[in-house]
Amino acid sequence: MARVVGGLTTSHIPAIGNAVPREEQLLNDPYWKEFFAAYPPARAWLRQAKPDVAIVIYNDHGLNFFLDKMPTFAIGAAAKYENADEGWGIPKIPSFEGDPELSWHIINSLVEEEFDVTSCQEMLVDHGFTVPMSLFWPGNTYQGVKTIPVCINTVQHPLPSPMRCFKLGQAIGRAIESYPKDLKVVVLGTGGLSHQLDGERAGFINKKFDELCLDKIVHEPEILTRMSIHELVREAGAQGAEFILWLAMRGVLQHRVKKIHSSYHIAISNTATGLLVLENAA
Amino acid sequence: MTVATTTEETPKLLPADFLHHDLPIPGTYIFDGEAAMKGYNLNKMCFSFNSAENREEFKKDEEAYCRKFGLTDAQTKAIRERNVLDMIHNGGCIYYLAKFAGIFGLTVQDVGAQQRGISVEEFKKMLKSQDR
Repeated sequence: MARVVGGLTTSHIPAIGNAVPREEQLLNDPYWKEFFAAYPPARAWLRQAKPDVAIVIYNDHGLNFFLDKMPTFAIGAAAKYENADEGWGIPKIPSFEGDPELSWHIINSLVEEEFDVTSCQEMLVDHGFTVPMSLFWPGNTYQGVKTIPVCINTVQHPLPSPMRCFKLGQAIGRAIESYPKDLKVVVLGTGGLSHQLDGERAGFINKKFDELCLDKIVHEPEILTRMSIHELVREAGAQGAEFILWLAMRGVLQHRVKKIHSSYHIAISNTATGLLVLENAA
Repeated sequence: MTVATTTEETPKLLPADFLHHDLPIPGTYIFDGEAAMKGYNLNKMCFSFNSAENREEFKKDEEAYCRKFGLTDAQTKAIRERNVLDMIHNGGCIYYLAKFAGIFGLTVQDVGAQQRGISVEEFKKMLKSQDR
């Protein structure tokens, strides 16, 4: 049977996408040093976990989806995924292998559980998906790991509530655990932590709130699911609402997890960056 | 509303506060259905900037490109003046506006500083000052 071995979350700031090919030099750069120094333990855990599949829960920032059709939850069901020009110069990186069979198993299972997701046989993946993959598999060495993009709308309100996203994660977890193939699966939740790009409050960061989230998500995620989106926007910033992607990741995992690693840094670009590695109880 | 006794060390947001979701958020614009309708053409134009060819076409004749997408006068003015807050007031969504900013090599710090009405250096300092 397929098994979820653990979950990882990381910020997915575009600037990281441009910096990541130069990581070795940047380890001596005062701006980047602390940020990149946080990643080796996460990569070490992944090398030991040897996942066959990565479920990547992220948000599209206007590459694949526009306001003409804006699904709340969309899942890739393609054999291959690629990134593309997003308008401000993110590099094209090697394509990602999909797992259509597992995708359809998850889609079937989710709809049966009344999560009426949008299935996508063609889907461009943007920095929300690619930056974490490049960070966790340095040098874009993710070949051999199949991916399934799960895209949650954070562009146009109403956004799905923290509770709904957590429950979606739980349903994805049940789908994976009922898949007959012997696969090891990791789940990525990307984005966050607190940041705001628009309005007179641009640049808003809330360290205390981020620390609360980083702490509670490990053993008491249910507390965080009681927030409304409005509350989350107020405390984490307009784009900090991406924390719903972290909660979806957490939902995929079991109740009992072991924290392997975490890190928090202010700031890269306009964002308080967060990194978290959780291992499912065996 | 339950008022919790707080100290400097206590996180401002206690779980009980999560349920108060009607307080306004200053300096923050929720991009909802109303904004999405108002800004549809502006955002559609910015979405088109995913393509290098379209970015070139825009640079050659900005006003003609705005007309092609049916922008309102206020939206065209905001584009002409590179005024991000005005774009937002006219329905612009930052995820698409970022592609407009990208044409001019503007970073999110540049865009943030402009909206706050401070210099980019001051903006960067402000970011760092929240590390406490």
